[in-house]
Amino acid sequence: MPSGYAIRKNQYYDSVFLMGVNSRLSKTAGVRQTAVLMGSEKNKALLEDLGIRAPAIDAAGANDLVIAVLADDEQAVRSALDGVDAALLAVEATSTPSELHTLQDGLRVKPGANLAVLTLPGEYVYAEARKALDAGLHLFIFSSNVPLEQERELKQLARPRGLLVMGPDCGTSILGGVGIGFANAVRRGTIGVIGPSGTGLQEFTCQIHHAGGGISHAIGTGSHDLSNDIGGATTLMALEALERDPSTEVIAIVAKPAGDRTLGVLASRLQACTKPVVACLLGMAGRGLGPGLEWMPTIDAAAQAAIGLCATPAARSAPALTIGDPGLSLQGDARRSPRQRFLRGLFAGGTLCYQSQQILRQAGLTVFSNAPLSADGRLQDPAHSVEHTLIDMGDDEHTRGRLHPMIDGTLRAQRILAESVDPDVAILLLDFILGANAAKDPVGDIVGAIVEGRHRRPKEAGDLTVVASICGTEGDPQNLPQQSKALTDAGVHVFWSNARATDYCRERLRSE
Amino acid sequence: MPDPIDELLRGPLVVVNVGLRGFAESLEEQEVDVVQVDWLPPAGGDREMIDLLDKLL
Repeated sequence: MPSGYAIRKNQYYDSVFLMGVNSRLSKTAGVRQTAVLMGSEKNKALLEDLGIRAPAIDAAGANDLVIAVLADDEQAVRSALDGVDAALLAVEATSTPSELHTLQDGLRVKPGANLAVLTLPGEYVYAEARKALDAGLHLFIFSSNVPLEQERELKQLARPRGLLVMGPDCGTSILGGVGIGFANAVRRGTIGVIGPSGTGLQEFTCQIHHAGGGISHAIGTGSHDLSNDIGGATTLMALEALERDPSTEVIAIVAKPAGDRTLGVLASRLQACTKPVVACLLGMAGRGLGPGLEWMPTIDAAAQAAIGLCATPAARSAPALTIGDPGLSLQGDARRSPRQRFLRGLFAGGTLCYQSQQILRQAGLTVFSNAPLSADGRLQDPAHSVEHTLIDMGDDEHTRGRLHPMIDGTLRAQRILAESVDPDVAILLLDFILGANAAKDPVGDIVGAIVEGRHRRPKEAGDLTVVASICGTEGDPQNLPQQSKALTDAGVHVFWSNARATDYCRERLRSE
Repeated sequence: MPDPIDELLRGPLVVVNVGLRGFAESLEEQEVDVVQVDWLPPAGGDREMIDLLDKLL
């Protein structure tokens, strides 16, 4: 396929900016694929995977912008490359650049700063994080791909200084009502929550909000914190802080399974906690770990339990099962073919993918995934679903050189089309995550693919049932009522939570 | 002496946002005192030069 590239020396841009440029260039007529990347070693390997290699690209550095184009013909390649400067200018026009380029520059402007938020490529995180700790700042590190030994060292340095290291790979925190990273607009209250997963915290805090409760603090710890390598360093510090915190009445932990050694330490610590504790370690359901400590099987159950432990009852009861679909039934609204027996789930939220697998597996279903509960459930080829398959679209495989599906729905839309025409599929399960920094219109980015998928589906293949959960509140910028209406208008069954949406799928599979 | 984490939770947050501008904007919308740093890779991203600079500085 005809291809070409351009390089702009010493022009560094962040990943969201690059996505904006990429999105403009990819609309050029005749263009099949564009890649707009900084010239890091990882990105150069990605370009090579696309079949684009040249000495000039090899010589490019992390400060150099590389634009690569694959197109139907040479003319389209030239048109796209000719449009690079216009695309850069157009995206630049949407923001005012900062004159500050280092952490030290920032500290000169804000000498009283108490928190550094880092969203750098993972390989540069350690050096900047060290400087922040040396300056006495707490850290929220969104970046992933930070080596575990560096994470351990940062957390060991932070502890004696009483500094909190949220991350690396930390998506969400809410401190005193202020959302950091991917957070929803939830009511303030007396429930404090700690968790390594951004979407797990988002789902929990939204469930608390919907049920009339509120959040004192939600402390993200980073996805590796409960591993044996890290030993729960941030989780344990956060737990101590919430125990002392006068605004926190009940403490919840929401996580995927912990390393066995860390789990032992955590369980002992939770049992000794001076405040009521609710623990939801997905994959651990039904395994009690000592007196007074009950593992909740789902995030919903954890939220209900936390609200039940508050001295002041929540202002309102738990919300209805579904959004705007009182007539929802388990039978009769779909014309099925005999082949239609399987569920396909396509998730933006990794923890939600995990929770759905757990619910289905407990119902006795065999479920495959690219991010499985255990090794026997691993999908051989992440690009091809088999039987019941749930895909975490935010895993490394799907995010190499791309933004996370919570920001960019392109790959998920493509996969929806592929699953929709599979005659074995009966139900499609999706999640939509609202809140700060998520896509501006997550449903709008996807709903066209749902409609088109149904249109492309051969008549004899039977009807496709589409089920979705929305993680969000009425205060989120995406407009929750509009998002849910766009789904229900497209015939999608919409639920307030991933657990409820998955329960519904499970019952449909049982009843059909 | 008060615990630094207790102070962080009590607020107010004063934030240096290094990297993605959207994270600073969402904090500004919540009336948080935040400064945006448009981070650049040090030494043009040259790993050996970065290590050398880190040792010198």
